[in-house]
Amino acid sequence: MPDILIRNARVLGGEPTDLLLRDGVIAEIGAGLSAEGAEVVDGTGLVALPGLVDLHTHLREPGREDAETVHTGSRAAALGGYTAVCAMANTSPVADTAGVVEQVYRLGQEAGLVDVQPIGAVTVGLAGERLAELGAMADSAARVRVFSDDGFCVADPRLMRRALEYVKAFDGVIAQHAEEPRLTQGAQMHEGDVSARLGLTGWPAVAEESIIARDVLLAGHVGARLHVCHVSTAGSVEIIRMAKARGVRVTAEVTPHHLLLTHAKAESYDPVYKVNPPLRTDADVEALRAGLRDGTIDIVATDHAPHAAEDKECEWAYARPGMLGLETALPIVLDVLGEDWPLIAERMSYAPARIAGLDGHGNALTAGAPANLTLVDPTVRWSVDPTGLASLSHNTPYAGMTVPGRIVATFLRGVPTVLDGKVQK
Amino acid sequence: MKHLLSTADLDAATATEILDIATEMASVSGREIKKLPTLRGRTVVNLFYEDSTRTRISFEAAAKRLSADVINFSAKGSSVEKGESLKDTAWTLQAMGADAVVIRHPASGAPHRLADWVTGSVLNAGDGTHEHPTQALLDAYTIRSRMGRIDGLHVVIVGDVLHSRVARSNVLLLNTLGAKVTLVGPPTLVPTDLNASVQVAYDLDAVLPQADVVMMLRVQKERMTDSYFPSAREYSRRYGLDGARLRRMPAHAIVMHPGPMNRGMEITPEVADSPRSTIVEQVTNGVSVRMACLYLLLGGAR
Repeated sequence: MPDILIRNARVLGGEPTDLLLRDGVIAEIGAGLSAEGAEVVDGTGLVALPGLVDLHTHLREPGREDAETVHTGSRAAALGGYTAVCAMANTSPVADTAGVVEQVYRLGQEAGLVDVQPIGAVTVGLAGERLAELGAMADSAARVRVFSDDGFCVADPRLMRRALEYVKAFDGVIAQHAEEPRLTQGAQMHEGDVSARLGLTGWPAVAEESIIARDVLLAGHVGARLHVCHVSTAGSVEIIRMAKARGVRVTAEVTPHHLLLTHAKAESYDPVYKVNPPLRTDADVEALRAGLRDGTIDIVATDHAPHAAEDKECEWAYARPGMLGLETALPIVLDVLGEDWPLIAERMSYAPARIAGLDGHGNALTAGAPANLTLVDPTVRWSVDPTGLASLSHNTPYAGMTVPGRIVATFLRGVPTVLDGKVQK
Repeated sequence: MKHLLSTADLDAATATEILDIATEMASVSGREIKKLPTLRGRTVVNLFYEDSTRTRISFEAAAKRLSADVINFSAKGSSVEKGESLKDTAWTLQAMGADAVVIRHPASGAPHRLADWVTGSVLNAGDGTHEHPTQALLDAYTIRSRMGRIDGLHVVIVGDVLHSRVARSNVLLLNTLGAKVTLVGPPTLVPTDLNASVQVAYDLDAVLPQADVVMMLRVQKERMTDSYFPSAREYSRRYGLDGARLRRMPAHAIVMHPGPMNRGMEITPEVADSPRSTIVEQVTNGVSVRMACLYLLLGGAR
């Protein structure tokens, strides 16, 4: 494998510098580097970011290989600037045993484009009734540290308490999909004036907030780590802010779509905008942005959720919830936060790697660090074309939108996975 | 007007035009030969995903009186039951040359989706808990016939507003036509977040003396088992319209119901069968109003 010399890239938007990638690490950083035989990548005008880390990805394999596979999802991730993704457990079969998480882990290794870190289910079959073999998954080759029933809430408070406590033994974390199921029966979209007008059953903010309030109290009580998936309401941000002030070990994520889109999108009845938790109000979007800036919300996670065409080209109520996210996450965050590169690195790389326990990722771009990084051209604006994305599915809510920031290159341990905007495998 | 999906799409002039055309159509229905040649050679498909004999035959009669060819496509026993998607069904109807599709569907917004997939006109005949525009139009027609006007009237809509497509379409249309609307029902059956153009009240007895029109909504059986209210009996006591409540209404005020009624639940037989009730007229007017809608969608643009 040849060394790679990146010329004149601006690390986190700083002064142009060269980076020499050798043997999987950043061997040298500085102006005017030279390296015999190195492949040169021109980084002029590009911003170098640590490789992005997604704590919340649905890769659909095993089970729905018609919607996405580990390989196609890995391609989408690399093109989005990611070097690691955490694969959610709601596959078929569910990733609730060491066998399934090891299978997903190995598929990720074979694809070789990003590190695929499986998330294990909290309960057997995501049924919310009894704990899955969390320790076996932790001890497996996949080294699972994040556990989630995402798609479903661990609604039983006693079971949630046990899960939070149990994973302390191996520094695990429970990532909760906060949704009180009794309050969201048949729910189709955010409960508000738009749902009232459209005649779609409402998904009230309180269904999310009541679970988060309960869970931060539980986590505080047992001294465990809690991670809150896809926070979507202003009230949730407030509860998490209070919990952090009280010293609870809670972290939280927000998706790009909840930072940008609102429930008004449902007026088209096009289920490409159907997602769980649902798109909410302008006031919620503002609170989420503020929470992301001030650190109440630790990270941006995509909740990349590919769906086959037939699951979206139908009536709203019959469509499956979820949106693509990997290839558009950085552009949307750039659009929302502006070119605050240190903040973007923290929210999309350092913090998610810390939460997931991925030591090889989320490191500052300094000499000696693993060579996981991505190069972004912030001056390019591009139009999102659903059929032009690498994902097997096309359910992006940004079709036709012009977004800032093109990912030019991505490197996984010094190996280019994307060059000149094209995936290398 | 290409489609009729929501009464929100109708401005006052268009809505009034529909009511005026319906008046002319009503005169046709009074003739010995109840038929006009207007839509000869045009095909209207009734695409019904819910059993609703009343609405379907009303549309069928309307289309036939305008000399259109009518195809009834019921979801039961068809390709739909074998799992055909709405999109594929749309393409099938397209291939058969449907000029208009009248759709009744249990999912809110299904007519909007269909309109993206066919080139003909789509007429919403009731979608989930969203809207039922022709019901609102026939209600407006009935009010205008009885009261002589709509502008300035106070219309009270009583019952399960949350799940009622009839209420949604009526609120929008009545606002457009200048009526004041008050929604009355148990708080569990009124949406939590409504726009400011309607009033909400929970005490029916307090509202009735100010009503010009009282529109009762059907209460679905399944609401009774899902804790929206404690019992059918308690519902009737608080929100049902009986003779005593009828007498609290001004002498000129009328009682409406979109049917089918739960006699003894939201309305007593005494009220339903009283001269102040417009329930049978509403059914008659339904055909005229649907003729007017089909005429405007299909004939008018030629």
